Amino acid sequence: LIATFPNIYISTTVQYIDLSINQSAINLQSIMVFEKDLNLDATELRLGLPGSSEESLRISNKRALPDMNDDSGVAVAKKCDQETAPPTKAQVVGWPPIRSYRKNSLQTKKTEAETGGMYVKVSMDGAPYLRKIDLKVYKGYPELFKALEDMFKFKVGKYSEREGYNGSEFVPTYEDKDGDWMLVGDVPWEMFINACKRLRIVRGSEARGLGCVV
Amino acid sequence: MPKRLASSLSYEVLEHVFSFIQSDKDRNVVSAVCKSWYEIERWCRRKIFVGNCYAVSPKMVIRRFPQVRSIELKGKPHFADFNLVPDGWGGYVLPWITEMAGAYPWLDEIRLKRMVVTDESLELIAKSFKDFKVLVLASCEGFSTDGLAAIAASCKNLRELDLRESEVDDTSVHWLSHFPETYTSMVSLNISCLGSGEVSFSALERLVSRCPNLRSLKLNRAVPLDKTANILRLAPRLVEFSACTYSAELRSDVFSNLAGAFSNCKELRSLSGFWDVVPDYLPAIYSVCSRLTSLNLSYATILSPDLIKLVSHCPSLQRLLVLDYIEDSGLEALASNCKDLQELRVFPSDPFDAEPNASLTEQGLVAVSLGCPKLQSVLYFCRRMSNAALVTIAQSHPNLNRFRLCIIEPNTADYLTGEPLDVGFGAIVEHCKDLIRLSLSGLLTDCVFEYIGKYAKKLEMLSVAFAGDSDLGLHHVLSGCESLRKLEIRDCPFGDKALLTNAAKLETMQSLWMSSCSVSFEACKLLSQKMPRLNVEVIDERGPPDSRPENCTVDKLYIYRSVAGPRFDMPPFVWTKDEDLGLRL
Repeated sequence: LIATFPNIYISTTVQYIDLSINQSAINLQSIMVFEKDLNLDATELRLGLPGSSEESLRISNKRALPDMNDDSGVAVAKKCDQETAPPTKAQVVGWPPIRSYRKNSLQTKKTEAETGGMYVKVSMDGAPYLRKIDLKVYKGYPELFKALEDMFKFKVGKYSEREGYNGSEFVPTYEDKDGDWMLVGDVPWEMFINACKRLRIVRGSEARGLGCVV
Repeated sequence: MPKRLASSLSYEVLEHVFSFIQSDKDRNVVSAVCKSWYEIERWCRRKIFVGNCYAVSPKMVIRRFPQVRSIELKGKPHFADFNLVPDGWGGYVLPWITEMAGAYPWLDEIRLKRMVVTDESLELIAKSFKDFKVLVLASCEGFSTDGLAAIAASCKNLRELDLRESEVDDTSVHWLSHFPETYTSMVSLNISCLGSGEVSFSALERLVSRCPNLRSLKLNRAVPLDKTANILRLAPRLVEFSACTYSAELRSDVFSNLAGAFSNCKELRSLSGFWDVVPDYLPAIYSVCSRLTSLNLSYATILSPDLIKLVSHCPSLQRLLVLDYIEDSGLEALASNCKDLQELRVFPSDPFDAEPNASLTEQGLVAVSLGCPKLQSVLYFCRRMSNAALVTIAQSHPNLNRFRLCIIEPNTADYLTGEPLDVGFGAIVEHCKDLIRLSLSGLLTDCVFEYIGKYAKKLEMLSVAFAGDSDLGLHHVLSGCESLRKLEIRDCPFGDKALLTNAAKLETMQSLWMSSCSVSFEACKLLSQKMPRLNVEVIDERGPPDSRPENCTVDKLYIYRSVAGPRFDMPPFVWTKDEDLGLRL
């Protein structure tokens, strides 16, 4: 049969992700590669209790959260460990199935928006989604808190230097350039927006640890 | 005598009766009754729909139907929308236009989807059809504003020019100005896909002002707000309108001008566009909201609170396209406000991010499902799903006819139980007996295909990705789905056995697409030999498939039935069993 299919044509080989020759494992292999690159465990959001993974953070002289062990279920905190090596997503061609027309429309918006801004991700314990905000848009802590309150429907407690936040179950924290989790509000605003890599609104017991350090 | 009775109905009577039969299916049935009905029917058929331009040749169509006025052609397979079909694969319309130019001087409607249209084709259309009225180019490419200029200049009776989602090259020709001053017949104009350089506002305004029958106008992103108001005032009888760029700050003069312009448009029923819209301007459209039946906000980055406000003004809404910014809360508001809703499409705002940036889950879809009794068509992107939710949707909506669910992460299990979503989708096909289109996603085993084969008897189109365990899955679908026309599969462990066992089924279908599956080139060759009325195309840019080890699987496979035989315009990366290589260009 092969004899009747002469190979005269030399087609130009386009760069292609060569899937394995083993045909029965072909699907499994491509998915395994895909899953590994996606680092699914790290990004898997759960609303139930998380697994046994835990994070411990260094304590510095600024008020930091002693233990980021996440009991409330949002596994976003696991990213603390992996921030140094951000998971590279193996972008599968044509997935999710969105037309180029729509994709281009989304992408131009993204690039327009993200030039010149200081975008950080904001998460809140218990909320199954993240937001991105541009810190440059706010003039100081009051505006930032107002925006966060609107976004996540909660109230920030009253801030005092000695005690941290009082009167609310929710405490705004941020991860700084050293990878430490700090209480929002301790440092001057300018210093804060330059140091802040991401924000997390912590809930309940984690917040109790604040103020005890040092 | 019975024989005399059959032919006693005169030609004129039959032709008159047939003129009431519009649907292709019915016409095909009519033409199969007897030879004389076949003859009469073929002479009076005016509209042709060709779902796959390679299934039949233009000469064959012309031979059978000599007096066609309207033709609709589709070219590339659906997965071309997601960049799975390499450039240059095919779908060229020029051969069709060339043949029809000679045979159908009275052709007045051409509708194309996913085809390659060149300026030469457009110029030929402009030159050849004296009474040309309707040109729809959906998701097409290959032409520029030069071609559009030719159409504008020559087609005196053009009523509809719709370029939806096509890619148009900008040659900086002010093509709109090519419509002569005497031209007044535009009824529907859709140029929303054009870039900013391709439309001249003054030409547009002049065109709109002299076309009193204009009912549908979809402009592109670059038309600023003050121009929008002007144009609306020139065309107060619009039924469909696509709104444009909104400026950053609210200016009360611009706002009141816009609001006034909208309130003039008493017949407006459908709004779309909304690129870069600023929520402060949305109240400008409140005056028309109560009459709106269709709203496309899928390019608008407005957030849930503003979306909820907007939607609560639109009780007559039948069709909503929106981004996931609407969130579950917005969908709940939709469910309580819009009881006439028939179609919902929710697109992801940030599909390539691993984490969701909007609180949209399966709950939103369940809410709409429970609250909107007329819901028939769903396209929903989300990040989690449960069997329970799918069962609820299925049981509350037996009248669903299109259900396309895309859980963004492949192989996502039921988030509550960790199980595959087989049972959920099984419920969908079991309860929704009229389901004609289904797209699957999430963690799925062969079981779901067993359900589909067993229950989805009216299913015409099925899309599958990252699902199944073995050939059995594919076999269930091919052996069970009686009405299946189009099957598209990617990244599933389906291979030779299921394909070869169900070879005969493939001739009853329009097409089968399989990419990144487990089909060998040997099987493709065998299938090709067994089934001469199938075109089996192996699309593989890595080189000749038979130069690789025998058990190496093909990259992409496109199989479609055809009475036209192998096509003559195959690019080098399409491999078939073609023995006469002289035919390959």
